[in-house]
Amino acid sequence: MPDIFGIPPQALFGQLLLGLINGAFYALLSLGLAVIFGLLNIINFTHGAQYMMGAFVAWMLLNWLGVGYWWALLIVPVTVGLTGILIERTMLHRLYKLDHLYGLLLTFGIALIIQGLFRNQFGSSGLPYGIPAQLRGGTDLGFMFMPNYRGWVVVVSLVVCLATWFVIEKTKLGSYLRAATENPALVQSFGINVPRMITLTYGFGVALAAFTGVLAAPIYQVSPLMGADLIIIVFAVVVIGGMGSIMGSILTGFGLGIIEGLTKVFYPEASSTVIFVIMVIVLLIKPAGLFGRAR
Amino acid sequence: MKRLKSVLLGAVALAAVAAAPAVAQTNVKIGVLSDMSSLYTDLAGAGSVLAARMAADDFGAAAKGLRVEFVSADHQNKADVGSNIARQWYDRDGVDMIVDVPNSGVALAVNGVTREKNKVFLVSGAATSALTGEQCSPNTVHWTYDTWALANGTGKAIVQTGGDTWFFLTADYAFGHQLEADTSNVVKSLGGRVLGGVRAPLNTNDFSSFLLQAQSSRAKIIGLANAGGDTVNSIKQAAEFGIVKRGQSLAGLLVFITDVHGLGLDTAQGLIMTEAFYWDQNDASRAFAKRFAAANKGIHPTMVHAGVYASTLHYLKAIEATKSAADGKAVVEKMKATPTDDPLFGKGEIRKDGRKIHDMYLYEVKQPSESKGAWDYYKTRATIPAAQAFRPLAEGKCPLVGG
Repeated sequence: MPDIFGIPPQALFGQLLLGLINGAFYALLSLGLAVIFGLLNIINFTHGAQYMMGAFVAWMLLNWLGVGYWWALLIVPVTVGLTGILIERTMLHRLYKLDHLYGLLLTFGIALIIQGLFRNQFGSSGLPYGIPAQLRGGTDLGFMFMPNYRGWVVVVSLVVCLATWFVIEKTKLGSYLRAATENPALVQSFGINVPRMITLTYGFGVALAAFTGVLAAPIYQVSPLMGADLIIIVFAVVVIGGMGSIMGSILTGFGLGIIEGLTKVFYPEASSTVIFVIMVIVLLIKPAGLFGRAR
Repeated sequence: MKRLKSVLLGAVALAAVAAAPAVAQTNVKIGVLSDMSSLYTDLAGAGSVLAARMAADDFGAAAKGLRVEFVSADHQNKADVGSNIARQWYDRDGVDMIVDVPNSGVALAVNGVTREKNKVFLVSGAATSALTGEQCSPNTVHWTYDTWALANGTGKAIVQTGGDTWFFLTADYAFGHQLEADTSNVVKSLGGRVLGGVRAPLNTNDFSSFLLQAQSSRAKIIGLANAGGDTVNSIKQAAEFGIVKRGQSLAGLLVFITDVHGLGLDTAQGLIMTEAFYWDQNDASRAFAKRFAAANKGIHPTMVHAGVYASTLHYLKAIEATKSAADGKAVVEKMKATPTDDPLFGKGEIRKDGRKIHDMYLYEVKQPSESKGAWDYYKTRATIPAAQAFRPLAEGKCPLVGG
């Protein structure tokens, strides 16, 4: 086969697939952010720390209680989601009437505190978390060696992303949620408990971050800094996709993963900045993001 | 009555004056400048402060008429923050010596300030061999290791055992470039070949693209010219992609024991690296590690901690001899003139260019079945004698040498 842009097709396919896998992480994380922003109008800067907590709680379950990966996928989102609910009830709900900026600053502060606490307790080098036995090894696809675990991550992310999109855009519960953000007083008058719905939505967004953390633990080092490293990129994804747009964050998450993967082949030095370059271009052309509605 | 009182007071005052010369005190203030909040915290950080304090205690400073004070600060891995702290410490807080400073960029900045203020800078955490090369200073001693020693130790050993084709995965900043260049030179000088390399941005999360490129290069050795979290993630993901199982080997050019602890033996086994110190070397190092870990949340000492301890100890000996910490250049001259001898590095010397000379070691990470417990991680593959471990004096282009 002839080379494509000077790269053997096998290598290129391999890179595309890797990009897709990274995109899965971006999509899952930005989805949680989009849900929280779209429905609550909070720019949740704690998201990265909550993702990191997810990975750490999975590690604690395994090393302190002997609870393995599969149970962690279930238990971690619930426990970390509960801490999210606690944060929402005690702090965030006081800010809803104020400007977005206050929520952003508060969540940013909370993120720094959580990160500091974990760093004090666990140090900065990170902790090991192995790939579960059932997903070890890999498959030779001809053009690349595909670790089974990465394949699993892509499938799970797609399922979770589409399910979330479906619930919010296509079900009755979702329509209540969307209505509540537009006109809470009206929805309340129908007998729906809007504050509780908002609390649960925030908890769900946090649970998504924690779930992603569990998925990430076997691939990346479980470290207090893992959320801080990723959160800025994920915010860029959300901005490009359009703040609050569910489908936008899913599609741009996967798309940017692929673009970043290709940059790593053609010009690796720029791979950490390419997303921000795209962000600037998108903001200049379409300030509300690719899929965003002007508010 | 009044008279009696003043006589008494006078007598007391006289007695106090008479007693004072018996304990003529020299004051020393030591600043531990380190990374207290980011990726190098475990390998240096609070452990370095602890190591410096342990050195003062073990030296018996108080009994020898030395009053040692400590301050510490976080340089946040930013050269401007680091040099500002150094300037403030020297100008305002009366600090006489700065020790540690992981991160080559920050260390080079502090190196300049220290020379300007004629104080003392003892480097343990930073790697760049420029500190004893073109940027060497009469006020600086580079204690523990440097990029040349790492390249020489690991590179040589691997090429000599058949790893003659290399591909580099390099952190895209000064430290990575220097380490790649130093190692390439060693590989080529021994008849090996460098097939290619890729430069990854600092703090990359996902190395799989780069690892695939390394894989398709078909080089026998993938040299990791990076550090901290980047090294850890690249090793972890190499295992995931079965790179080692499929016949290529990883060479960690800068790996600390805290990284191995973070990776776990399952992932890190078989990795070869060069270090200046391992806690389980001899009775003295074990005794030190036991005391150290007890006060440091169980984290065992890295070679950086050992270097902070040993360099502080040697510094205090020089202060005892010179009886003053004021003239940094004179203190460093005294340090160079005195052969070094401490429980962790044994006997050694400090060269004219400020390079501390001691043996280096080539370690291999144990298999999980060989390890007897937490922190039992290394077996020694080879000892690199002091005379060969560091860059020859004449090759460094240090202006202090020659003439």
